[in-house]
Amino acid sequence: MAEAKAITQPPTGLQRASDSIFRGLCYSFAWLSVLVVIFIVLRIAFAAAPAVRQYGLGFLTTRTWDPNRDQFGILPEIWGTLYTSLLALAIGGAFGVAAAVFLSEGYLGGFVFSLLKVFHLEFHGLWGKLPERVEDILKNLIELLAAIPSVVYGLWGLWVVIPLIRPACNWLHLKMGWFAPFGTDLSGPGVLPAVLVLSIMILPTITAISRQALVSVPPKLRMAAYGLGATQWETILAVILPTAARGILGGILLAFGRALGETMALAMLVGNANLVSISLFSPANTLAALLANTFPEAHPKEIGVLMYAALVLLGITLVVNMVGAFILQRASAGAEGGK
Amino acid sequence: MKIPHRSFMFLAAIITVSFVACSGNKSSSNGVRLQGAGASFPAPLYQKWFKSYSAAHNGVQIDYQSVGSGSGVKSVIDKTVDFGASDAAMTPEDMAKVDGGVQLLPMTAGCIVLTYNLKGVTSLKLSRAAYAGIFLGKVKKWNDPLIAKENPGVSLPDEPVNVVVRADGSGTTFVFTKHLSAISPAFAQSPGVNTLPNWPVGTRSKGNEGVTASVMMTPGAIGYIEYGYAKSQNLPMAILENKSGNFVAPTTESAQAALGTAQFPENLIAWVPDSDAKDAYPIATYTWIICYKQYHDKAKFQVIQDLLTYCVTDGQKESEALGYIPLPAGVADKSKAAIQNITLAPNAS
Repeated sequence: MAEAKAITQPPTGLQRASDSIFRGLCYSFAWLSVLVVIFIVLRIAFAAAPAVRQYGLGFLTTRTWDPNRDQFGILPEIWGTLYTSLLALAIGGAFGVAAAVFLSEGYLGGFVFSLLKVFHLEFHGLWGKLPERVEDILKNLIELLAAIPSVVYGLWGLWVVIPLIRPACNWLHLKMGWFAPFGTDLSGPGVLPAVLVLSIMILPTITAISRQALVSVPPKLRMAAYGLGATQWETILAVILPTAARGILGGILLAFGRALGETMALAMLVGNANLVSISLFSPANTLAALLANTFPEAHPKEIGVLMYAALVLLGITLVVNMVGAFILQRASAGAEGGK
Repeated sequence: MKIPHRSFMFLAAIITVSFVACSGNKSSSNGVRLQGAGASFPAPLYQKWFKSYSAAHNGVQIDYQSVGSGSGVKSVIDKTVDFGASDAAMTPEDMAKVDGGVQLLPMTAGCIVLTYNLKGVTSLKLSRAAYAGIFLGKVKKWNDPLIAKENPGVSLPDEPVNVVVRADGSGTTFVFTKHLSAISPAFAQSPGVNTLPNWPVGTRSKGNEGVTASVMMTPGAIGYIEYGYAKSQNLPMAILENKSGNFVAPTTESAQAALGTAQFPENLIAWVPDSDAKDAYPIATYTWIICYKQYHDKAKFQVIQDLLTYCVTDGQKESEALGYIPLPAGVADKSKAAIQNITLAPNAS
């Protein structure tokens, strides 16, 4: 009788059963996702096998895509994929990390605080919360960028970005045409509009993850830096950013993955022309856009070739992830060594 | 009272959801449901036809997915649909893959127009040499003598011709390249006829809407799109030179003049890559619905025959408003007669 009133009691049979069922479900879902990936890779590899045998490595280094002559090469697509992604990463990375620093250092909050101070409202019950709220709103706004559908970005690029940058681009081409990145004029879709839109698309990923990393830097470090006489600028550059490097790099890596695989917006903006050009204003093509555009109407013999291209895209993503993991490891090792 | 274990609730939720999902999948047992897939060009018209037919016939539901001509043909071969549709008809090799055979029926027609973006130019005439040259990348400036010769009094700018072509494989491209190959030996040699050929020039955009957007946003651009789309968007359309040397604007009449010269063989697949009628607009084509010659389900068989008969008779009246070219009378009769080739399989249920 006394046992029934005890706070603790052994689990009932039902609890045990549901526990083990739940654990089993978790295991099987985890393994299922791994199996799905393996299944996808195998299916693509099998479908690509005939094309791999027929075209070999030449597929990666030739430039013609002509179904009428059975000539297929994806050098322009590989080039376009890497070129647009890397440029977008450079722009998106710079702005994204800067935005994360801005959000995590409390610049905006400080500004609102000093604004409130003018009206002597800084410790007011309601108004006093404003600095935090404003920062939250800005953070959510940036994260909201990730919720915009890809096709909307594409349309926006087509109707807004291209007409906006065309005069500047054509002026640059006219004045500095000798400089290879300005070597052609921008007629419509091309590398630069694609890169600009892509960098905005990956910005929220970079900002959100970098901000998280910056916020979790121990306050002790910052205090110590200030204590040694460092300015805020020096503290950010020499202490905060290096300590958060691992998280920031992780965010950049994730963003790179997204940039490589982005399809719809790029298919609309990149011009889809099989050209290998260093010019920012020339049309180009990407692997994902090639797949999306060509698949629905592909001839049976073309499908194998497209599967080969898909395999290459998978390979590029894998290599990027591996290189990224390696860099992450090195970066964190360095940070730990400094401790 | 004891609060139920959280994982147990989760489990219960999953089970409930999966039951709901399963029961939702079941189709109603009475009534006929037809599944079609294929060409995107005639899709708006087909959808209108199928909707009015379903409205008039209780219990009949017809789904049409505009997945593209190539996918339509593939679905017919894989037997995942009850009928397909294609702008590029069907090759004899593909037809041989369907045991029991297929019946192609011309359903409606359309033409392809060249739309352009030239400030202040409201009427543009293009000779055969000019527009073939543009899409071969040989005519590079708008004030090229080849263009200027046919457009006296029109101020053509000294600007590059920005060619816009389709990025996705498409029946529209197939028909357009077929025409260009017919009028230009150089084009026939390379890039040649294809749903997605290796264009020597231009930027590429997806779909009619993509090409239209690119052309409208790019000064000095020219691209090919379907007539119905150009008409609904009120886009400028170039006047093209036909085989007999006349310059003809795209209209329902001029396209029908071209389509009327088609000679239909037994399988009802005929092309007019370059009509020789005097007032024909040069780039016009039919589009087909692909049926099986034998159906195994009696209800489906009856609906298909009845539906197709409606499409080629009363349905034709709806096509012009949507920017399609109604079948010339002789062709509609041929289609109607061919519907009788579709039969019920002897072992049908």
